[in-house]
Amino acid sequence: MESLKLDVKIGELKLKNPIMPASGAFGFEMESLFDFNQLGAIVPKSITKYPRGGNATPRVCEVTGGMLNSIGIQSKGLPYYLKNILPQYEQYNTPLIASISADSVDEFAEMSEIISKEKCVSGIELNISCPNLEGDGKAFGMDAELSYQLIKKVKAVTNQSIIAKLTPNVTSIQEIALACENGGADGLNVANTMLAMAIDIHTRKPKIGNVLGGISGPAIKPIIVRLIHQVRKVTEIPIIGCGGVMNWEDAIEMILAGANAIQVGTANFINPLSMMEILEGIKRYMTTYQIEDINDLVGKTDIPV
Amino acid sequence: MKVNKLEVLSNVQVSERYWHMKLEASSILEPVKPGQFFNIKCAEADSPFLRRPFSIYRMNKAEKTIEFLYLMKGQGTFKLTDVVAGEKVDMLGPLGEGFTLGKTWDTVLLLARGVGIATLAALAQEAVEKHVKCIAILSARTNNDLLAAEMLQGLGVQVIKVTEEDGTSDVSNVHRLIEQLLIENDIKATFTCGSKRLSKLLQKISKNHGLPGQIALEEHMGCAMGVCYACVCDIKEENGINSVRVCKEGPVFNLEKVVLG
Repeated sequence: MESLKLDVKIGELKLKNPIMPASGAFGFEMESLFDFNQLGAIVPKSITKYPRGGNATPRVCEVTGGMLNSIGIQSKGLPYYLKNILPQYEQYNTPLIASISADSVDEFAEMSEIISKEKCVSGIELNISCPNLEGDGKAFGMDAELSYQLIKKVKAVTNQSIIAKLTPNVTSIQEIALACENGGADGLNVANTMLAMAIDIHTRKPKIGNVLGGISGPAIKPIIVRLIHQVRKVTEIPIIGCGGVMNWEDAIEMILAGANAIQVGTANFINPLSMMEILEGIKRYMTTYQIEDINDLVGKTDIPV
Repeated sequence: MKVNKLEVLSNVQVSERYWHMKLEASSILEPVKPGQFFNIKCAEADSPFLRRPFSIYRMNKAEKTIEFLYLMKGQGTFKLTDVVAGEKVDMLGPLGEGFTLGKTWDTVLLLARGVGIATLAALAQEAVEKHVKCIAILSARTNNDLLAAEMLQGLGVQVIKVTEEDGTSDVSNVHRLIEQLLIENDIKATFTCGSKRLSKLLQKISKNHGLPGQIALEEHMGCAMGVCYACVCDIKEENGINSVRVCKEGPVFNLEKVVLG
C-alpha cells in the first residue's frame, strides 16, 4: 500500500506520524543517530523558569523490566532554553512540542505565554505531574479542580495546542482527564512515570538518591494500556500514549486502546533507533491488515459485550 | 556516535575476575580517543535492562580492532562473558570526552586502580605512540588483578605495582611513591582512574606541585548520550559549582575542578 495515512492531529497541531520522543528521554545529542525530520514531533526535555540543579545521585536504577528515575528536572532555565535549545531544532520540518514544568499555576501560564511566541514551537505539553510547591508537594495532576484551573489559565494566554501530561498516581484518572478537557486541553498525555521505590538489600539504602523515583519501561506498559482505555471511555480528545513502549507492537497496542499518538522514552536508552523502527513496524502492520489511515485504528479494541 | 554492531573476535577470561574482549571495528569511522567509552548491550534479552558503559582498553588502528578489559562484577558484565567469537555485540559510541595529551608533556604519571587500569592503558598506548615517557602506578587487590601490567611494560611504560596482597597499596605508601617519582622525573601531567581515595590524593599532590591533571570518572548511566541527566557530577568553575553530565562533558575531567566529595 503506497498511500498509508499516518498523519494525526492534536488540536491545531498536525503531526506527519504518531511517533515522538517522551520528554527527558531525547535531546539534540542524538542528532547523529537518525533524521529528526522522520519524527512526528520533537519534544525537548522539560524546561523550568529558573535554573534547577536536580536531585541527589544515584538518579536512576535498573529494575526488572524497567528503570526508576528521579532526575529532578535539572534545567538551565527558560532564557537559556529560548536562546540555546530551541534554535537547534529550527532546521527540521518537524513540529516541536515544548514541555513545561512549573511550581505554580501562574508560573505555568507565564512560561506558556513566553514560549508561545517562539516561532519554532508548535505545541506545549504541561507537565502537571510534577510536584506543586504550593500544594505541599502534591502533583497538580492529582487534583481535578487545580488541573482545570491550570489548563484554563494557560489556554487564556496562548493559542498553542495544549497537552496535559497526566500522572498515573491517582485514584481516578478519568476525573482528571475530564477536568483537563473542560479546562480546554487539546490533548492528554497518558501518562508520566509511576511512583516507585527500590532498596539495595546489602547496603539497606534506597537505590535512588531521592528515595522515591518514577518507574518506566516495559514493566508498566499494561498499566498504561489500561489507563488509555479508561481515559478513552470518557473523552474524545486526542491521547498520547506514553509508558513502556519498546517496539511497534506496543505502539499498536496503545493505539488500539485509544491513543492517537505515541511517545517513546526509556526505549531510546536501550535502542536509540527505536522510534524509527517503531514507525517502520507500524507501516508494516497497516499494510498487512490493509489499514489505510492510522486514525482508523484508534480505540478499535474488540471488547466482548 | 552511532549504533555499531561489531563482530566479536575473542572474549576470554584473562584472570580470576577479569575478561578481555576484542572486536572487529572497521565500521567505526570516527576517531576513538583514550578515555572515551561505548555503551554496550550486554545481552540480547531484556535482562539486564540497561546498557553498560565500558571504556576503551586498546585501539588497534592498523588491524581495525577495538579491545575492552572488563571486571566481571554484576548482571551486565556476567552476561557479557557469555558472548563468543563470531557473535555480534550492539555498541553505542564512541561516547564522551577523552583524555588530552598536552604538546609539551614529555613525561606523564598515571595512577590507576582496579578496572581503571583498563581506561588508563588506552592513554598509555597513545602516549607511547607520541614518544611521551609514561610512568604508571597500578593498584589492585591482588597481583592476579594487575593483568594489564605486562602489556604496558611491553609498550615501554615504567610500571609500579601496589596491592593489598603485598601490603603496598595504602594511600600513604602511594603518596610516598608519587613524591619520590616527582623528584626522580620531570613529570608534566598526571592522570587517574578507578579510585576515589587515590584520586583525592593525586588531586592534592598535583595541586601542590602545580601539575595539570585529568581524571576519568565512573558512573552508573541511563542513556549515556547526554539526554537524561542521570550521571552527573559537581565541577568547580569560576561561577561556582556546576552539575555536569559524566557521559557528555566527561567522563574525563580536569582533576583540579572535580569535586570528589
